[in-house]
This record gives sequence, structure tokens and C-alpha cells, in this order.
Amino acid sequence: MAKKDSGGLCNVNIKNLSVRKGGDVLLDNINISFNCGELTALIGANGAGKTTLLRAVLGEIRHDGEILHEDHVGKNIEKVTVGYVPQHLEFDRGSPVSVYDFLALGRTKKPTCFFSSKKGPLKTDIDAALQAVGGEHIANRRIGELSGGELQRVLLAQALYPMPELMVLDEPVSGVDYAATEQFYKMIAKLRSENHIAIAMVSHDLELVRRYADKVILLNKQVLTQGTPEEVYNTEAFRKIFYQNA
Amino acid sequence: MEAVYAVLEKLIPFSFIEHDFMKNALIAVVLIAPLFGVLGTMAVNNSMAFFSDALGHSALTGIALGVLFGLKNQLVSMLAFGVLLSLFITKVKRAKTASADTIIGVFSSAAVALGLFILSVGGGFNRYSQYLIGDILSITPLEIVMLAVVFVVVFVVWALIWNKLLLVSINTDLAASRGVRVALVENVFVVLVAVVVMLSIKWIGLLLINSLLILPAAASRNIAKNTKQYLACSVLLALFSCVAGLVLSYYVNASAGSTIVLVCAGVFFATYFFRKK
Repeated sequence: MAKKDSGGLCNVNIKNLSVRKGGDVLLDNINISFNCGELTALIGANGAGKTTLLRAVLGEIRHDGEILHEDHVGKNIEKVTVGYVPQHLEFDRGSPVSVYDFLALGRTKKPTCFFSSKKGPLKTDIDAALQAVGGEHIANRRIGELSGGELQRVLLAQALYPMPELMVLDEPVSGVDYAATEQFYKMIAKLRSENHIAIAMVSHDLELVRRYADKVILLNKQVLTQGTPEEVYNTEAFRKIFYQNA
Repeated sequence: MEAVYAVLEKLIPFSFIEHDFMKNALIAVVLIAPLFGVLGTMAVNNSMAFFSDALGHSALTGIALGVLFGLKNQLVSMLAFGVLLSLFITKVKRAKTASADTIIGVFSSAAVALGLFILSVGGGFNRYSQYLIGDILSITPLEIVMLAVVFVVVFVVWALIWNKLLLVSINTDLAASRGVRVALVENVFVVLVAVVVMLSIKWIGLLLINSLLILPAAASRNIAKNTKQYLACSVLLALFSCVAGLVLSYYVNASAGSTIVLVCAGVFFATYFFRKK
């Protein structure tokens, strides 16, 4: 996997972002940035607007304010390659789509129903992508048969082609065991260091965030606090949200 | 056409092939079966069985509108109505209101009722009852040429949209995040289905057309491990069912459409017991 050249994305600058739905304010005046080479964790209680923020960044929902993609001199870039790993993939689990089929879709223009995705450079490419996420053994399985952790790896592999400048991850709340979750954080952290991509990740595991994130943003419709994990974890706002019953 | 007939007579050592209408029907099902086999895969994957059922029934309204407007060939009005209805239903489904099924149901029954109403005014419905069960034996060489053209067009469009369509069928949000124009891809697909269904109703019959779309793909899903197998098995099972059904119907003197669908159903149950658990 090649390193991004310095002409690409440097940071995603979010200014005065607000999202309203009906009469409700889902996000109120958010000012944050996601920097390249940094893993930014978004934390907060349920309904704090974490997923909404990601969807706004992906351009999937209407919002006020600006989301700027800037290069290293602050110039706005029109088109940024984004990789997206959703929290749930709601799909028909009986569908006969193998992991090979699934990963071939984004990688070739040839119709995968007429040409085999298990031959030539495409196979090499998919094998490498699976190896990078530790999923070599599941290449021939149907995606509907995968466990939560395995599906997450496959989704990560599809998000890594083409190599994104911005990676948006919505971590599943449940369905993945602790060891698999830690493995996933390790992979993400490695990607960040090796490929210098900006990573925005909704996280639920505070201990793993402490160990792997560079920056933490605590949300509750607005930004309550942000900084390094240590800084954020020592604030009153953080204790109130996560340890109020403790 | 004569040359094709000669080849068929040479190749097939059974008595049914002596009749030109059986030769025509055989060529027709060999063209129709792969179309339904292929389109069915994504119809099943997108849970569109109810949609295509509504589409088939709405053919009645298309015919009725054609009669109302004094068209000589009601195929034009059937195609137009089918395409519009499928685009509309897709739009309703996309809005993700929980009641999409209900809305499809309402439109389906309203369309059938409207069609029956217009056609039966004055008591002349019998003329149109052929559309209910269809008659593959009535197909003409000119219609076979038309089918062949549709066959080529559908396969070209299919090759162009397949990767995107499969991604959309897995998850629309994921497809959108990867730059797929979801609405466009869905619309192209339902228009293909509408065209093929409307064209074939005259020969298969609107009561049975949906089974031909759904059953081979559903059977293939029972046994396929990946998308290539899914498509290949669906086409092969559709071909087998159509040819076997046609030949069987000749010897037992039953309607071809119903025999074909019965074979399809048999194939489905056979694969069901071999399905991957």
C-alpha cells in the first residue's frame, strides 16, 4: 500500500455544523477537525449525535455549516477519497454473495457475474486486501455466514480500496468480542501510521480509545470537550456522562 | 428461419419438433428462459417477488388502456404502463415508509380491477382471457426476432449495471458511499424487468409470469455459493424448466405456461432439500 503524497488531504475542517430533523436539533454548532495521520475517536452517550455527525461528513444528510477538505496549505479539495465502514450492514443474509464477490465489486468494472473474481490480478489484489485485515481464511465464505468480527474485517477491506484519504468508521456496539475489537483497533492504528490517513471513528470502548486514539471528541449534540484521551477523560463532563451512576 | 428449422429437426429426434409451432415455441423459450433466469436473481435478492407480481397483474390495465385509446397493438400501452408503474413502485419503496407492501398491494389490486373493468364493459372480456394463461405456441417468427433483440439488449445492459446493482442489493447506503447512483441503477433494473415481463405476458400469461421470474432464481439461491454460480444455476434451471415444461405439455396436451411453471416449482423443491444450511 503506497503512502499518500503530500498534495492530498491534510485535514477535514468542520465549521458551525448543525443538523436538524423535524423540530429536533441533532447537532448544534459543531467545530472540529479530523487531521491526517490521526485517529479521532467520537464518544458520547446514546443519541449524542455521533453517527449523525459521521453521516453529515459522508454527505448523506442535509446540514448547515461547512465541511472543508483542506490540503497542507489550507486549499479546499473538491474530491476526497472516503472509505466507510458502517456500524451495521443490513443485508439479506441468504444472498449467495461470497467475500470474493463482495470485494471484487469496487475493484473492477468487469461484470463479476460473467468473469471470475478468483483469477489473475484481481484475485491477487483481493487476497492482499484480506491478508491486510487478517481475513484470508474467509475468502470463499458467503458474507451472510460471517460473524460480526469477520464481517467488520471484510467491510474494512472494501473501505481500503481505493486507499482512502479519509476513513469513517462506525464501531458496532455489540456482536464482536473483545479480542476481535482490540485487533480491529490495532489494524486501524496501523493504517493511520502507515498511510497517513485521517480517521474518524465512533467508539464505545473507552479503554481501547485511551490506548489507540490520538484525539477524542466528547459529543452531546454539541462538542462538550476535545483533546487527547487523558485530557478528555479528566474532565467533569466526561465523568458525568460515563460515570454518573458509579 | 427455414435454416434454423432444418437444424432443429436434425438435432432433435422427437416427434414434437415436426410442427413449426413447436419449433417456434422452443426457440422462444430458449430466449425467454435466460432472460428470466438472469433478471430473477436480482428480483429475488431485492425481495421484489411482490413487486413483480403486481407488475404482471398490471398488464391488464396496460391492455385495457390500449383498447381504450384504440391501439392496434396493445403491447405499446402495456410496456408504457408497466414501465411507469414499476418506476412509481420503486419510488415508493425508496421512501422507506413501512407500508411499501401495502401500497404495492393497493396499486396492484386497483390496476387489476381497472383493467378488468375496462375490458369487461359490454361483456367482451373473453377476447382477452388469452392474456391470463398465455400461449407460447402462438408465437410468430417476427416476434422471435423481437425477442432476440430484447435478449441482446438486456444482456448488454446487465453487464453494464451488474456490479453496481449487486452492491445496491446488498446495502444502498454502502453503495451510495462508494459513489453508486442508487436510484438510477434501481430504475434501470426495474425498467428491464418491466419490459421483459410485459413482452412475455402474451406467451406465458399474467397469472404465471411471476413464478417464472422468481422460481429459478429462488431454486438457484438454495444451492449457489457465490454470485457466478447463482446466475449460472438460475439460467440453467430456467432453461431446463422451460424446455422440459414445453415438451411435456405437448405430450400431455396441457397448457405450456402451466406445465413450465410446475416444472419450475418441482426444481425449486428439489434444490430446497440440497440447500446450504
